[in-house]
Amino acid sequence: MLEVRDIRTFYGAIQALKGVSIWVTEGEIVALIGANGAGKSTLLMTICGVVPPRSGEILFMGNPIQNLSPDRIFSLGIVQVPEGRRIFPLLTVQENLDMGAYLRNDKGAVRSDMEYVFSIFPRLAERRRQLGGTLSGGEQQMLALSRGLMARPRMLLLDEPSLGLAPVLVATIFDTIRHINRDNSTTLLLVEQKAAMALHIAGRGYVLENGTIKLQDIADQLLCNKEVKSAYLGGS
Amino acid sequence: MEYFLELFFGGLTRGSIYALIAIGYTMVYGIIQLINFAHGEIYMIGAFTALIAASALSIEGFGGWSLLVLAGFIAIVYSAAYGFTLEKIAYKPLRKASRLSPLISAIGMSIFLQNYVLLAQTSDFLPFPPLIEEFSFLEQVTVMRSSELLILSVTAVSTALLTLFIKFTRMGKAMRAVAQDKTMAMLLGVNVDRVISVTFIIGSTLAAIGGVLISSHIGQINFYIGFIAGIKAFTAAVLGGIGSLPGAVLGGMVLGWTESFATGYVSSDYEDVFAFGLLVFILIFRPAGILGKSTAEKI
Repeated sequence: MLEVRDIRTFYGAIQALKGVSIWVTEGEIVALIGANGAGKSTLLMTICGVVPPRSGEILFMGNPIQNLSPDRIFSLGIVQVPEGRRIFPLLTVQENLDMGAYLRNDKGAVRSDMEYVFSIFPRLAERRRQLGGTLSGGEQQMLALSRGLMARPRMLLLDEPSLGLAPVLVATIFDTIRHINRDNSTTLLLVEQKAAMALHIAGRGYVLENGTIKLQDIADQLLCNKEVKSAYLGGS
Repeated sequence: MEYFLELFFGGLTRGSIYALIAIGYTMVYGIIQLINFAHGEIYMIGAFTALIAASALSIEGFGGWSLLVLAGFIAIVYSAAYGFTLEKIAYKPLRKASRLSPLISAIGMSIFLQNYVLLAQTSDFLPFPPLIEEFSFLEQVTVMRSSELLILSVTAVSTALLTLFIKFTRMGKAMRAVAQDKTMAMLLGVNVDRVISVTFIIGSTLAAIGGVLISSHIGQINFYIGFIAGIKAFTAAVLGGIGSLPGAVLGGMVLGWTESFATGYVSSDYEDVFAFGLLVFILIFRPAGILGKSTAEKI
């Protein structure tokens, strides 16, 4: 479904991605793990067209997308829920969700999707008239995920969905992610520092280090891998 | 009392025009954090276009309200086209540059447009035809002129429409989203370039409306009116809190009244002293403006 071939991305003079290749097939969950500054977020931003690669190719459903603008890439069905949630603080919860469906014209389906996200996260329904900036961190994460779902993504890129959340909430979020994948057959690329949890729900995984792919394997193998264990799974 | 009311409505009229122009400053600032110093020139171009259009149309036999509406419409279309092009030529290429570059570009465009009109037209004041008809029901009223009532009403209606547009339409929501987090808006499929263009078109439209109405009220224009009105409207925007729409309107009114009362009770020589004195005063006690939110900028 998505194939990233040898991309190199720069921020000014600094090279963040030094020839990264990954692929994701339809319907699977792929985990991307790595330390801070390894280039995980950059990879997602490059796929979404916000930081275009200097060289390399990105294919979505067989077509090159590396030269498309972010809104074009979005309209193909690639939707990112970025790190730090990035809720619009001065829009209401409702308006934030509306923004997720910004490009959609199928009003009826939008409404039923809205009901669907409210059924997963009833808290959001209670607070729909509240400003996004007044929500707690956990609620903001729910909203960010829901806003992404409102776009009816074919492929969802999640950047650190568990960051800064209480353990109970982390479990809820991961449950939801698994549901999204199963119920809507949405393909998922999941970036996480909580590597163990990510690898538990993922089918395959990549380890990104200093802008290059260090390892790739099926998730269970990575969970047993010595290097991965010591570096990302807390050595246990 | 009558004198006071006269000054009150005079100030409200001035304030309305400042508000119409200030909205353009404040919206552009809200979206791309740029002070569009050429915005006053768009207002001036609106006035000149209306003058030319009105002259041509009256030869064709148009008169009365239809003349005002048609000339006004042509002025709006022209100004919007200038505003749109201005952004594409002078600001868009500099979007990734440091914040100082587009600012300098804006000042450059302001000077360029002034001189362009100076060369294409004249440096003299030109008489502007009174396009606004007298309302018969205001005949007995001495404290308010027909043109003042029209300016007030048009300003009220256009700001109300704009507020509804921003609050309820898809583009309005996108504008607010872009103002708050450009990258996130992009990630949700918003074409940021288009949102910025729409912002310039709306700002230019309101400036043109202001330009046509006030020129018809005052009765003369020259190439320099945009600079003066632009600086005053910018002051109004800062006064009210730059980036805030209600702030721009309130700032415009406060500034209009200040000038009007200073002129009426002190001396017209002190008009600008009071206007900018008020700005300094507000900035000392409320640096973010009357309705502005003080944001601690992270360094």
